[in-house]
Amino acid sequence: MSRAIKRIYMGIIFLFLYAPIIVLIVFSFNKSKSRGQWGGFTLSWYAELFKSRQIREALYYTLLVAVLSTLISTVVGTIAALGINNMGKFSRTVILNMNNLPVLNPDIVTGVALMTLFISVKLELGFLTMLIAHIVFSIPYVILAVLPKLRQMNKHIAEAAMDLGATPSYALRKVIIPEISPGIISGALMAFTLSIDDFVISFFTAGTSATNLSILVYSMAKRGVKPTINALSTLMFLTVLILMLIINKKSDKGEEILL
Amino acid sequence: MKKNLRVLSYPYTVWMAIFIVVPLFLILFYSLTKGDIHNISSLEFSLESYKKVLEPLYLKVIRDSFLLALVSTMICLVLGYPVALIIANTDHKYRNLLLMLFLVPMWMNFLLRTYAWMSLLSPNGLINRFLTMIGLPRLEIMPGKVAVLLGMVYNFLPFMVLPIYTVLSKIDKHVLEASSDLGGNRLVTFMKIILPLSIPGVVSGITMVFLPAVSTFVISGLLGGGKTPLIGDLIEQQFLFSRNWHFGSSLSIILMVMILISMAVMSRIDKNNQDEGGKAK
Repeated sequence: MSRAIKRIYMGIIFLFLYAPIIVLIVFSFNKSKSRGQWGGFTLSWYAELFKSRQIREALYYTLLVAVLSTLISTVVGTIAALGINNMGKFSRTVILNMNNLPVLNPDIVTGVALMTLFISVKLELGFLTMLIAHIVFSIPYVILAVLPKLRQMNKHIAEAAMDLGATPSYALRKVIIPEISPGIISGALMAFTLSIDDFVISFFTAGTSATNLSILVYSMAKRGVKPTINALSTLMFLTVLILMLIINKKSDKGEEILL
Repeated sequence: MKKNLRVLSYPYTVWMAIFIVVPLFLILFYSLTKGDIHNISSLEFSLESYKKVLEPLYLKVIRDSFLLALVSTMICLVLGYPVALIIANTDHKYRNLLLMLFLVPMWMNFLLRTYAWMSLLSPNGLINRFLTMIGLPRLEIMPGKVAVLLGMVYNFLPFMVLPIYTVLSKIDKHVLEASSDLGGNRLVTFMKIILPLSIPGVVSGITMVFLPAVSTFVISGLLGGGKTPLIGDLIEQQFLFSRNWHFGSSLSIILMVMILISMAVMSRIDKNNQDEGGKAK
């Protein structure tokens, strides 16, 4: 009895979670423009999608910003974490509290605050400001991912390497970096996902000259429901789904090797 | 070596000062001044924008945002706790699968998930077609508060389930066995052991749902259709359309204060709970 109730409850929850997504995907193949009526199978919305220059441009900016901000924030964040790890207790607390501000603040406040700064220093809103904003909110996550690995690391192995004649930079490359690489990788993945997924902060800092996919979806959705957004959503969802499955598979394998 | 490495954090400290601290001070500065924003020398100290917040029209918006966020958090808690409990009690074999199934919708962009509901709920969307087909009255909740609430629950439910699940799955099974050996029935075991032990998860779940819910402007913009503006919509409007940075800034400060207070309250509850746990021993 109680087992049946549990099953029914989970069934309803899963229906609630999946129904909108499934409807979205199914209707991306709908010939009729209406949202409630099935008018036959078509791929024309996808064709329209690939023809649209606006969407290609948005995709280009989304990926470019994600790749650049991931690279920069991973490098800067890792270097900063190395420094923070060697600080005294007081200055470390101060720095980490500052670092946590973008994590804890609502996105909208981070967005408008950065926009205010850019406009105040007369930096025109566009690709560069969006990139800076993405780096600003990504670095804290990289630091939060790398720092625990640095603390777990045996402090003496770097010293041992240098006693054996390694230069500090050689010890860093050959000993410290490999040791903390799981933290660096998870920080980088986090930065990439956050950047791809971000809407609010981009919305305030991108201006009109650079538009990413989320901003495009928002402005299209505000004007009304359109089948091309369904097609775009389906493709974006499937891409993320495949990426996540690959990442999960990889980490499963990694664990197997470790075991 | 230690001292040399410390230098590595200096560039980032400067970066944080410029891009994290200065912008927040700018917001504080603009909230406390009035005048032309493009001419800094014309700005003078004023509490005008805070006074404006107290006008009934805007107070209502703040109250609405707070209440909607609160109600959606409560719904998430009521719906999400059983989900977390069921997943945590599932066999190891299926547990990860269930958890994964629960998380997959989260991989879809937040905007797209909200958009999906837009097309379902719209006046001639699928739900209304279906209702008319079986002879039921049409559902006219979008645009409106109910649709906004639905969007919040849909988007933030996993933020409630995950922390509760994490805490529940760590509860030592022997404690539960001990409870039933000592004659506690399932209700007693739940009320006296599972529930108190899961409070830290509930607290972080509440915080993780409330924060994005109270500051959203996307959900209310798309599903509320401008009918029920929230504090986030007001901030967006002030910065992008009305260009009244002073008012927008004071609203941002008020939003931050609201969030700080609710976080303080939640951590207080968490702490009290831990203290009581200590006494019980």
